[in-house]
Amino acid sequence: MRVRLLDIAHARSGDKGDTANIGLIARKPEYYPLLLRHVTAERVKEHFRGICEGTVERYELENLSALNFLLHESLGGGGTKTLRNDAQGKTLSSALLRMVIDVDEIRR
Amino acid sequence: MKETIRIASGQGFWGDLPEAPFQQVTKGPVDYLVMDYLAEVTMSILQKQKRRDPSMGYAKDLVPLMERILPIIVEKKIGVITNGGGVNPASCRDAIFKVAKKLGIKEIAIGLVMGDDILERLDGFIAGGIPFANMETGEPVASVRPNLMSANVYFGAAPIAEALRQGAQIVITGRTTDTGLTLAPMMFEFNWSETDWDKLAAGTVAGHILECGAQSTGGNFSGDWESVPDLAHVGFPIAEAYPHGDIVITKHENTGGVVSEATVKEQLLYEIGDPRSYITPDVVADFTTIRLEQSGKDRVRVFGVKGRQAPESYKVSMSHLDGYTAFGTLTYAWPDAMKKARKADEILRTRLADLALQFDEIRSEFLGYNSCHGPLSEPVEPSNEVVLRIGVRSRDRDAVERFGREIAPLILTGPPAVTGFAGGRPRPSEVIAYWPALMPRSMVTPQVHVKRLQ
Repeated sequence: MRVRLLDIAHARSGDKGDTANIGLIARKPEYYPLLLRHVTAERVKEHFRGICEGTVERYELENLSALNFLLHESLGGGGTKTLRNDAQGKTLSSALLRMVIDVDEIRR
Repeated sequence: MKETIRIASGQGFWGDLPEAPFQQVTKGPVDYLVMDYLAEVTMSILQKQKRRDPSMGYAKDLVPLMERILPIIVEKKIGVITNGGGVNPASCRDAIFKVAKKLGIKEIAIGLVMGDDILERLDGFIAGGIPFANMETGEPVASVRPNLMSANVYFGAAPIAEALRQGAQIVITGRTTDTGLTLAPMMFEFNWSETDWDKLAAGTVAGHILECGAQSTGGNFSGDWESVPDLAHVGFPIAEAYPHGDIVITKHENTGGVVSEATVKEQLLYEIGDPRSYITPDVVADFTTIRLEQSGKDRVRVFGVKGRQAPESYKVSMSHLDGYTAFGTLTYAWPDAMKKARKADEILRTRLADLALQFDEIRSEFLGYNSCHGPLSEPVEPSNEVVLRIGVRSRDRDAVERFGREIAPLILTGPPAVTGFAGGRPRPSEVIAYWPALMPRSMVTPQVHVKRLQ
């Protein structure tokens, strides 16, 4: 079964220099293992092809049923230098929620 | 010792909702009002203002705000803590004393935390062997030294707590961490030691939840955003702190917004790196130990937070001039809106190339189509209208200025059904780049001064 992250998670993003961070939070704790299994750093790097020029790091916060991603070299040089309308990567959170993952089973 | 104190967030950034601080001190009980005014590059703007006028260099909005709330905070004995002092906390204090006198206030003590501004001592430090290497690139600061506009050490909560201990009701600081503003009154009121890492970490986490104002009470909430009630009257967050380190995040009754585990989680994850090491000058907080519990309507209990000793270095925030940018926009309408916008972009780029202008980057985005999600945008091109937004960046100010003169001509010399050029010619604006670095703690000492108006 294919699930869009928007349906099982919410997210917020922001900037630190040229690095964007995206916090991805499971809407229910039982969805957290799905995020953990399917939303890997490699998968996120591939998802953001053309936006993220550097590496992607992933951190786990099981206590909040959440993952934190750092997307390096993703903001066109950083908040003040960038020519992007979304200078601080505020909408990269919803860009991540576009991702579709393949899950074998999901309890609703 | 008080059983609990209520710390209210009044501003999430310089320019946040002007009514928020007033609401926080009038809509219900609070003990402290904390206001964060300083973003990463704000200091360079303030340095520029101070160079033009030595009595400036602080968050000017603070003075009319204090004029409005001073009688209330004096009557209710509410403490005010803010980093709005920028690069001139003393002038900020004097301006507030002046309005206090005007209001007929007899007695008030204002504390200052200074010593963070190291711009004038920088060459001495560099000569002494501190490289101030950029934390992102590793490059030593010498390469940008001639263009440096500001250099400030991030101080933590301890000097603010000291000012409160010396009797200050209002504390004005320069570059202080956002979280320190919230942690300080807890340290002071509950006599927390500077090595009680778990409690300091709990107060720091509370500070992180408060530091962006309504972002923890339903603003910019990506969960079920449509279900957030009455954002027009959104209540800003309040941290109810307890001596043993528990915190309850809440907001005033009869305000809009919502405080839920989900809204608090989103803010906890905002602009963090490794969650196991949230580093401040006070403590390193471990965000993977935070426990949350909805303990009532619009009440979320935050507990279980663990911390460890802060590092031996201070973070230094520097900024330097790094070229110029300008942005132009044009709106194209049906039919073939996208096709026209693309054509206009192509024409403009040809003209810029013909002029042989040197740009580090030219970027075209189509607002209403791909300016947010870029290549992830669904390939459904807008048919009604689209805004072409072109930006350029260059070290050569003249090139950027010339770019600005090439936008308006597109109206009469490019594709039809074009409008939206009312703002005048795009002008070059300075790029102020951020330079984060580290320095040994032992080389700088926070200065605390408390002065009483009598």
